[in-house]
Amino acid sequence: MSITEPEARAYEPVIGLEIHVQLKTRTKMFCGCALSFGEEPNTRTCPICLGHPGTLPVANAEAVHFALMIAMAFECDIAPRSIFHRKNYFYPDLPKGYQISQYDMPLARNGRLGDVRIHRVHLEEDAAKLVHAGASGRIHGAQTSVVDFNRGGTPLVEIVTEPDLRSPAAAAEFGRLLQATLRRMGVSDVNMEEGSLRLDANVSIRPAGEATLGTKTELKNMNSFRFLERGLSAEIARQEELVRGGGEVEQETLHYDPQSGGLTALRTKEEAHDYRYFPEPDLVPIAPTEAMLERARAALPELPAARAERFERELELPGDTARLLSFRSELGDFFEEAIEAGDGDARSVANWVTNELPARIGGADPADTGVEPAALARLVAMVEAKEVSRSAAQEVLDVLVADGGDPRAVVDAKGLSRADTGELAEIVERAIASNQDAVDKVRAGKAQAIGAIVGAVMRETKGRADGGEVQRMIRERIGS
Amino acid sequence: MTDLLSLNAAAQAGLMRNGELSPREAFDFWRARAEEDELGAYLWVAEAAPEDVGDLPPVAVKDLFCVEGVPSTAGSRILEGYRPPYTATSVRNLQSAGAAVLGKTNQDEFAMGSSNENSGYGPVQNPWDRSRVPGGSSGGSAAAVAAGAAPWAIGTDTGGSIRQPAALCGIVGLKPTYGAVSRYGMIAFASSLDQCGPLTRDVTDAALLFRHLVGRDRCDSTSVEYPEPVRLPSAERLDGLSFGVWGLEEEGLDRAVADVIRGTLGTIEELGGAVEEIELPSARQGIAAYYVIAPAEASANLARYDGVRYGPRSGDGDLDAMYEQTRHDGFGDEVKRRIMIGTYALSSGYYEAYYGTAQKVRTRIAEDFRAAFKAVDFVVTPTSPTVAFELGERTADPLAMYLSDYFTVPMSLAGIAAVSIPAGLCDGLPVGLQIAGPAFSESRVLDAAHALEKAIGFEGVPRA
Repeated sequence: MSITEPEARAYEPVIGLEIHVQLKTRTKMFCGCALSFGEEPNTRTCPICLGHPGTLPVANAEAVHFALMIAMAFECDIAPRSIFHRKNYFYPDLPKGYQISQYDMPLARNGRLGDVRIHRVHLEEDAAKLVHAGASGRIHGAQTSVVDFNRGGTPLVEIVTEPDLRSPAAAAEFGRLLQATLRRMGVSDVNMEEGSLRLDANVSIRPAGEATLGTKTELKNMNSFRFLERGLSAEIARQEELVRGGGEVEQETLHYDPQSGGLTALRTKEEAHDYRYFPEPDLVPIAPTEAMLERARAALPELPAARAERFERELELPGDTARLLSFRSELGDFFEEAIEAGDGDARSVANWVTNELPARIGGADPADTGVEPAALARLVAMVEAKEVSRSAAQEVLDVLVADGGDPRAVVDAKGLSRADTGELAEIVERAIASNQDAVDKVRAGKAQAIGAIVGAVMRETKGRADGGEVQRMIRERIGS
Repeated sequence: MTDLLSLNAAAQAGLMRNGELSPREAFDFWRARAEEDELGAYLWVAEAAPEDVGDLPPVAVKDLFCVEGVPSTAGSRILEGYRPPYTATSVRNLQSAGAAVLGKTNQDEFAMGSSNENSGYGPVQNPWDRSRVPGGSSGGSAAAVAAGAAPWAIGTDTGGSIRQPAALCGIVGLKPTYGAVSRYGMIAFASSLDQCGPLTRDVTDAALLFRHLVGRDRCDSTSVEYPEPVRLPSAERLDGLSFGVWGLEEEGLDRAVADVIRGTLGTIEELGGAVEEIELPSARQGIAAYYVIAPAEASANLARYDGVRYGPRSGDGDLDAMYEQTRHDGFGDEVKRRIMIGTYALSSGYYEAYYGTAQKVRTRIAEDFRAAFKAVDFVVTPTSPTVAFELGERTADPLAMYLSDYFTVPMSLAGIAAVSIPAGLCDGLPVGLQIAGPAFSESRVLDAAHALEKAIGFEGVPRA
């Protein structure tokens, strides 16, 4: 915790998120069209998702299944009976003139993810995609606008949190947990750039410590967690400045431009739509049977929060490491396979998997690289047994990532096996003899001067020696 | 060839199955009859029999049923030129049973009306008196069957749109239980009320056509598996059956119509049935509730006609201007009126008072019927408060027009089965009797109707 200035503490932000998740079902929410992944425009359509006269929606059972899984993952109360509503408004991306969504009887309520309460979870359909040609890039003032209906009707789950977040960083962190959780469940690609995960944030400020809520504004369509954090910070700053200047926050919807860092108003409260919600008469209620609930429960994998908790409890991993292994479940899977191979201490293996491995493979899945979990475990064990130095092991890992193979074979082939103690003692002896200056300084209390001697040893052993052990031997020898 | 005009559809089907009547010849006969129609009953007539013409007589189809490649406009200019890329389930079911599509019949625009005068393509004349309306909204289907321009037809009933025109044209019209027939491919008016059903010369034909219409459809979540096989009616007596009469004292009911109905009640008793008066306390609020619920649903159902994807488009430049001009040009006055009523009823701040209250009334009406069917087997009422009225007589008075559905709307709101059969004539114009039964009681309702039909011995439109 950093210490903040008193005046900067005077206001606290109150943040809630509204999240839209495109489900990875085989077909669309209310028709049999396959979902679209960048196909030619208007090739994933049918009379139903184009809103032809006389067509009717039929709810996708797989989408209901996924939504139930999500509701369970968030420990929600699942409604014994929930219904769809029509949300009415005119727009060219909305073929029926209404969106089928859920309103006052959502699929699930009152859940929790981490320390954030989930207000509700509901099912709805996505709109089509509009492309505007012309200077403005928006529909008004566009030369022509064309519609691609491929996306129209894609199943969406909307997740609304309670306003439990107190900082932009916390909001982004929650977003990452949510993304990791949904990804782990396999119900969505949760790709923010491609729009399969979309975030809107509601934010208000209030005097720190007070319970009342201020007037909130809504930030629309943040397409990365970084922008979410920046956009929220900008909006909080704007609200604080406004309030400090004696002004009042107006309820409005804002767009954050990550390029300019600016906020522009999309619409104010007065312009808010009257959506004339009413129960969708073409659909029957969703009344999950015991079998449906059981199937959803059985389909839930261990979720990141629980996995992180298990890593901390059972393997005594530090919190950050445990979280990283859970949020990036492919690293977690790799890690678990590695420790199952039996070699290496769990904490050390976790360290290598969360530090050395990502440093080499970036965001890729380690399963797609050459290194086998068991090979990494063996390498870590060799480091622990001091058969190879840490720096040499890093070199070995480079090879393993690129070409695969057995760490011992790589060590032998490259002559990286650690210098034996007898040989090392002689080298240390020589280094002390030729660095008498440094020895005197260390003896005089300048501890860092030991670096010169260690450096000499490392040069001599070409990195095969373990730096820590070399230090220890030097100290022993010169009696400091 | 046999005089097909003298036969009901079931008899023609019998001849075809026995090989005594060629389906193609029958189709051509009816095609010629449809072509010769001068009442305005058809908006489109098939050019030729399909390759695989089956052994049921061809069927006239209300325009709002989507038929692949065939103009399907729901009687509206906003769908002028629209040819659907698919066929309605109900029509497909008839096609696979052997009944080819004979033509598309005229109707009130989007099924909104009780006189067929709201069609975007002109009115339909009543074959009994060409200065009078055929009723609506399935006016074209009713007139075609009554005039012998179709062996049988299908229509849709939302608040009386099958039963009322059937009554005014002197034929049989069945509004099935909600969910019995798939709505997929039926251009929607009010989704929670719309039901497809037969308009036929007699009760047997109604049962035969209905038998081929029912069934759960994967494409319509509100459709259900019909709980029993649909029986063809055979009853000639009504012994042991009780009939609860409602509405004969209602204010708007024409006295002469009431007298014809009273005569029919006598016939019921002669056939061994018991007649008693019953009360449906909430049914009087039916029209008020209906004219909130139906327009509310319609206001959303008709939002898709926006000029973006199909149908004519008017206006240029601005998107909102395009929407406004397209809908201004495409919709008729009654449709616009109902969109406005429905939009208002659903608006924030009014929803509970209008839509919420209307739904409560609807629930109460359904309870009224449940209570009634504990006491009696059937509820009988006049189908329409009056006989066919003059063309133009009620066009300036929407409320008077809305009251045409007074006796039919309660059954629609309750979602139950109801049939209208000709009960007799009044000043040379047909009067319809409505017989309603509980949900999925069509076989029983039609059986009772059959016994009455035989006893009444109603004869169709006098032919020159």
